[in-house]
Amino acid sequence: MNALDGNAIAGSLLDVFGAEMTTATGVCGSCGTSAPVAEFEVYLRAPGAVARCRSCRSVLMVLVTIRGLTCVDLRGLAALGLAPTSGG
Amino acid sequence: MARAALLGRLTWQLANVVELVEETARVRSIVLDPPAWPGHRAGQHVDVRLTAEDGYQAQRSYSIASAPEDGYLMLTVERLEDGEVSPYLADELRPGDELELRGPVGGYFVWEESLGGPLLLVAGGSGVVPLRAMLCHHRAVESIVPVRLLYSARSLEEVVYRDELMRMAAADQIDIRFTLTREQPEGWQGYGRRIDRELLDEVSWPPGEHPLVYVCGPTGFVEATANALVELGHEPARIRTERFGPTGG
Repeated sequence: MNALDGNAIAGSLLDVFGAEMTTATGVCGSCGTSAPVAEFEVYLRAPGAVARCRSCRSVLMVLVTIRGLTCVDLRGLAALGLAPTSGG
Repeated sequence: MARAALLGRLTWQLANVVELVEETARVRSIVLDPPAWPGHRAGQHVDVRLTAEDGYQAQRSYSIASAPEDGYLMLTVERLEDGEVSPYLADELRPGDELELRGPVGGYFVWEESLGGPLLLVAGGSGVVPLRAMLCHHRAVESIVPVRLLYSARSLEEVVYRDELMRMAAADQIDIRFTLTREQPEGWQGYGRRIDRELLDEVSWPPGEHPLVYVCGPTGFVEATANALVELGHEPARIRTERFGPTGG
């Protein structure tokens, strides 16, 4: 399956968080790698969107939207911080 | 930005299709006139949503091809044969139709003059779309940041924005190089092979000049290019990537 990246879920994340999130930095809860959300490995063909760590492949985020309601699972992330200059 | 503040959260809106431009046999541009557009930055996207008569919805993210300074919003879409959304956009949509979209979204794969350069843009196929927005923005603000575009396509017929890019290349600050990986016309002066370490080494500024690099294309293309740039000594933090693929259909 062809993985995309966090840019592909910018709209869904903006919808959920009310802020531009692709420039935010996420820290993997499994291996500790820190990366911009835009660099996460993203799969859209699951039921919903699954974001994985590019280093260890652990699941970092899951977003599933059903009938206008979005469920967000961030348990794979140790931290998620907005960049100091998160434009857009 | 007062208007954006009034809109608040990201909202869906219906945009009128003003014009359609056939770019290549598989790619076309859609010129839109959204009623409430807060403005965008070069490299951002919109989400497009199609709703079937039975209520089924399919949503995809598309790069914005137009510059922030253009008075319209343009998307450029490649038809993916087994896609759910792109065949409709590339074949069925007509001027006067309405398209549901929201945006702009994304803040990572964005270039504006304050970010400086030198700027290296690397495109694989229709990955040139957000890079076109950056080039048009560069021209619109008369930037003096040196910029190079390295564009890989299968053949000359598959080069999107071909005439426009040729015209842009006439500007002193803009250097455009093509590589045609499958088929080269007779007397072709450009490159004729896949982008690899050697080609990037030849085209890019040396790592010591700290170029700011944007790579957009299919997933495999982006990974190979970004890895080769890092091997050449370019700073990973100065390489921004955006991948698209069949899931974008």
